Amino acid sequence: MERIKKKMKPLAGNLITLAIVCVLFAVVFILVETGHATRHMRAMLVPICINIILAVSLNLTVGFLGELTLGHAGFMSVGAYAGCLFSIAMKDILPMAARFPLAMLVGGLVAALFGVLIGIPVLRLHGDYLAIVTLAFGEIIRSVIINLEFTGGAAGLKGTPQDSTFVIAFAVVLITLLVIMNLVNSRHGRAITAIRDNRIAAEASGINVTYFRMLAFVIAAFFAGVAGVLYGHNLSILSASTFDYNKSIELLVIVVLGGMGSIRGSVISAIIITVLPEALRELADFRMLIYALVLIVMMLLNASPRFAALKGKLHYGALVDAIRNKANKEGKAHE
Amino acid sequence: MNKMVPLPSKAIVPERDADKLPILDVRHLGIDFGGLTAVDDFNFTMGRTEIGGLIGPNGAGKTTVFNLLTNVYRPTRGSILLDGVDTLGMSTYQVNKLGIARTFQNIRLFSNMTVLDNVKVGLHNNTKSNLFASVTHGFGYHKAERQAKERALELLSVFHMQDLANAQAGSLPYGAQRRLEIVRALATEPGIMLLDEPAAGMNPSETAELMENIRKIRDTFQIAIMLIEHDMSLVMGICEGIAVLNYGKIIAKGTPDEIKSNPAVIEAYLGKKGA
Repeated sequence: MERIKKKMKPLAGNLITLAIVCVLFAVVFILVETGHATRHMRAMLVPICINIILAVSLNLTVGFLGELTLGHAGFMSVGAYAGCLFSIAMKDILPMAARFPLAMLVGGLVAALFGVLIGIPVLRLHGDYLAIVTLAFGEIIRSVIINLEFTGGAAGLKGTPQDSTFVIAFAVVLITLLVIMNLVNSRHGRAITAIRDNRIAAEASGINVTYFRMLAFVIAAFFAGVAGVLYGHNLSILSASTFDYNKSIELLVIVVLGGMGSIRGSVISAIIITVLPEALRELADFRMLIYALVLIVMMLLNASPRFAALKGKLHYGALVDAIRNKANKEGKAHE
Repeated sequence: MNKMVPLPSKAIVPERDADKLPILDVRHLGIDFGGLTAVDDFNFTMGRTEIGGLIGPNGAGKTTVFNLLTNVYRPTRGSILLDGVDTLGMSTYQVNKLGIARTFQNIRLFSNMTVLDNVKVGLHNNTKSNLFASVTHGFGYHKAERQAKERALELLSVFHMQDLANAQAGSLPYGAQRRLEIVRALATEPGIMLLDEPAAGMNPSETAELMENIRKIRDTFQIAIMLIEHDMSLVMGICEGIAVLNYGKIIAKGTPDEIKSNPAVIEAYLGKKGA
């Protein structure tokens, strides 16, 4: 019986994740405001936030629903184009404070709509088949955007107001984290994880599997769309070629590296994976080689039981237990 | 042991259930897989609070019957009336909502989730909290969660498992996993519970305890329980009505005493005398 694993209360874990994120934000914000951050560092802040949003939302389908999807960049591009086209149209009509949140909402909703449309055929499949089909849909979206007039075609979309700032991006990160963490620790989230663990048992327990798979898929698409809007408003030219399957794979790497089903892991690994290529820029030709090596080492480390044991020791709950045990022992020694 | 009485439809149910609508009324149920007839002309009635048994040699089609009852398979022939409602064309989850819960021969728990969460998933359709409340953790979320937790612990206490609530389901010992599956099925508030080999892998003392618990569940929750089991001491000990399946067909139906002395049953299990 002593081998039975106890799980830490998820809510305490969530609070820690939020605290970590807020502290990081405060530190970076102070660095930026006091002028200690280089231009290079400042340029990375919004992309980091975007990747966190993308990774956390992708984790909902990959980690919690348990379906490998390779088309996350597709939803991101749909959201980006919808939001940017909205902003361009509303440039002179609405002030930025109203326009930008609305643009994010529009981008998210359009991506969610595509999530439904693509989800209907895709969610009939499972496992490898689903992965391949989402990959195909991501590519279809990209080639359609390149061949359309109103998206600017292959030349890219110009004229989007550059509204993305670190503070706004961080606010969206917080909202994403809150929504996804709340969802996971709720009746709906339990249904989604139950489907991952055993679809047949979930269905026999009265869970409408089709509905909840679609729900997870659509919510992930929504946040990918919102991230896309942030991305589009951070650049002067929005080009469809950036949303290729390399982007989807990169996002998947972030999620897998951070640990499937771990939101805190996704946040940390999104930061690492965004910063790493930039930090290695000085190495010039060796950059991608080192990047790949670091990835391999980190993956091996993550999978090793010893490292997991070490992480377990540094775990909040484990630390509390250790301190308590020590106190008990000392108490006994005194008697 | 309760007296069994015949109904007008030639089915037999315990005397106490005779004047009530049967919870389950299966007529001429059959399914073909390609050219193979897995189940044929299966007729079975379960009283509201009956404990029924389905036995038969390996490969007789017992689990297929459970899969038909829960609409995992679509029957080729026949009808299933659950509490008077025809379940034809419904999904598995809809049939569960209507009142059939089940456990599985090879345990199917949500092994990466806690014991408590497993039961809460069973309570899914009885937890009142909409998507908006789930996302914001407001608007009745905490009340619904608290109620679900209380109810889950209450159900776990049937098997004295409330202390394991925060353990990971997959790390439980085998017997506890089987019990958890039953608790999860109970959480869906079924009218009838289907147990697929609940005593598999249990030692005699665990089996005896399980027997007591099955009876206790029936008495406390006033539900019908139908079980597939190879352990004859369990089947003969608690089932009021038994059906014997061989090659997809019912070869005998009756009380445990009738089944024990039925020559067709003895032949199916032990082979023909002198052969």
